[in-house]
Amino acid sequence: MESGFLHQLVQQLINGISLGSIYALIALGYTMIYGILKLINFAHGDIYMLGAYIGFVCTSILKLSFLPALIVSMIGAALAGMVIERVAYRPMRNAPRIAILITAIGVSFFLENVMILFASPQPRTFPAVFTATVYHVGAWVVNSQQIVILVSALVLMVALTYIVNQTRAGKAMRAVSFDADAARLMGIDIDSTISMTFALGSALAAAGGVLVGIYYNSIDPLMGMVPGIKAFVAAVLGGIGIIPGAMLGGIILGVVEALVSGFISSTFRDAAAFAILIIILLFKPQGLMGKNIREKV
Amino acid sequence: MDMLTVEDINVYYGAIHAIKGISLSVAKGGITTLIGSNGAGKSTTLHTISGLLKPKTGKITFEGQDITGKPAHKIVGMGLSQVPEGRHVFANMTVMENLDLGAYLRTDKEEINKDLTDVFTKFPRLLERKDQIAGTLSGGEQQMLAMGRALMSRPRLMLLDEPSMGLAPLLVQEIFNIIKEINDSGTTVLLVEQNARMALSIADKAYVLETGNITLEGTGKELLNSEAVQKAYLGG
Repeated sequence: MESGFLHQLVQQLINGISLGSIYALIALGYTMIYGILKLINFAHGDIYMLGAYIGFVCTSILKLSFLPALIVSMIGAALAGMVIERVAYRPMRNAPRIAILITAIGVSFFLENVMILFASPQPRTFPAVFTATVYHVGAWVVNSQQIVILVSALVLMVALTYIVNQTRAGKAMRAVSFDADAARLMGIDIDSTISMTFALGSALAAAGGVLVGIYYNSIDPLMGMVPGIKAFVAAVLGGIGIIPGAMLGGIILGVVEALVSGFISSTFRDAAAFAILIIILLFKPQGLMGKNIREKV
Repeated sequence: MDMLTVEDINVYYGAIHAIKGISLSVAKGGITTLIGSNGAGKSTTLHTISGLLKPKTGKITFEGQDITGKPAHKIVGMGLSQVPEGRHVFANMTVMENLDLGAYLRTDKEEINKDLTDVFTKFPRLLERKDQIAGTLSGGEQQMLAMGRALMSRPRLMLLDEPSMGLAPLLVQEIFNIIKEINDSGTTVLLVEQNARMALSIADKAYVLETGNITLEGTGKELLNSEAVQKAYLGG
C-alpha cells in the first residue's frame, strides 16, 4: 500500500511536469505581454490553437518532421502575434485598459471563429510524429512524447531566458516593461519592442500547441480556451510579469492537476487550477516570485 | 550660437493647456536654467523637447534640425539626452545594466568603454556599486546613476529635470558640482530646478516659468539679483 502510493506519486509527478511545461510555455507569453503592456491578452490561448493548426498542416499535409514543423509553426504564430498587436492593440495603446481588454476578447472570438470557418469545428487527428515508445524506468512509465515535450520546453525556456537577459532586444524588453518613458529616453523604440514581445510570446504558445497536438493527438478550434485560462492562472501563480515565475507557475499547476487526477478524480482537475487561483489571490496576490520593489524618490 | 531653440510651443494634456506659447533658446556650451514653482510647466517643456510629448503648435530646432514631434527614441540618437525628474532608473536592473542601456543606440564599443570609465571617474560611487540592483541605491546615488546613464549616450545637450529633488543639502552641492563638471567637459546643459538659488548660481542664462508662460529672462546673475525673483523664489 505504502509503496503503491509512492509509486503513483512519482508517476503523477512525471505526468504533471510534462503537462506543466506546456502550461509554462503558454504562461510565458501571457506574462511577457502583461509585463510590457499591462494587458491580459485573452487571445493568447487562440494563438496556441493557431500554432497547433499550423503544426498540423506541416506534419499531416506537408509531411514535415517534428522539428521543422515546430519551427514553421513558431514563425507563423510569431507573425500572427505581430499582426494582431499592430492591427488590434496598437491603435488602442492610449485607450482605457478595459477597452483593450474587450478588444482582446474580441480578437479571441475572431480567431476561434475564423478557424471554425476554414478548418471546420470538427476535431482533427494530429499525426503521430513519433513512434510512441514507452520506457520503463524502474517501476515507472515514461513515454517518448513526454520526453520530447519536456526537452523542447526546456530548450525553449533556456533560449528565452538567454534572449531576455543577454541580448540587446531582451534588455530593451525589460527596460520597456519596467518604465516605458525612461526606455524611450534611452533611445529604445517602444513599438518595435512591443512587436518583438508579441512575436516571442506567440512563438512559445505555438510550440505549446504543437506539443499538445503530439501529446493528445487531437486538436480543435476551441482547444485554446481552457489551456489559455489555465496558463493565465499559472502566470498569476508565479507572479504576472515575471518570466521565471511563469515557468514555475506552469510546472506547479501541471503537477497539482496530475496529482488531483491521480489521487482524487480527473473531474476535479480543472477545479484544482481555479482553487489555486483563488488561494493565490487571497494570500499572495503578487504571486510566488512577485516582490514589491520600492522606488526611492 | 544657439544649440536649441524653442519657438512659441503650445502643449496640451487633453483639454489642459499646459504650455502657453513659450519660446526659449539654449546657447552652445553653456548652462541654461528654467526655474519656476510646482506645476509651472517646467517638466512639460523638457518632455516636449525630448520628444516624450508633442506640441500642438510651435517649432523646436536642435543643431539646425527641426525635431518638432519627432519620437523620443530618435531624438536621443541625435545627441540630446534627458535625465528625468525622479531619476527613473531601471530599479530592477544592476547599475551596470542601467549604464549599458544608456548606450543602447551606440555600437562603438571602444568609445563606450571610454565613456564608462569617464562616468566611473565622475561618480566613483557607481563603480563601487556597479553590480548592485539600482533600486537599492540611495536617492543621491540614483540621481548619479540617472546622470551617468544619460552621459553614456554621449549627448551634446543634456536636459536635467530637478536633479536636486529630495536630496540632502550636501548632496545637492555635490550634484551641482558634477553638473558644472559635465558642462566644463563640453556638454551643453538645460537645467530645470525648483531650487532656484542653486540653479541661478551656476546658470549662464535663465528663464522664469509661471503657469505655462515665460515671465522673466536674463543671465543667472541678473535673475539672482532681481527683486521679483527674490520675492517669489528665493524667500525674500
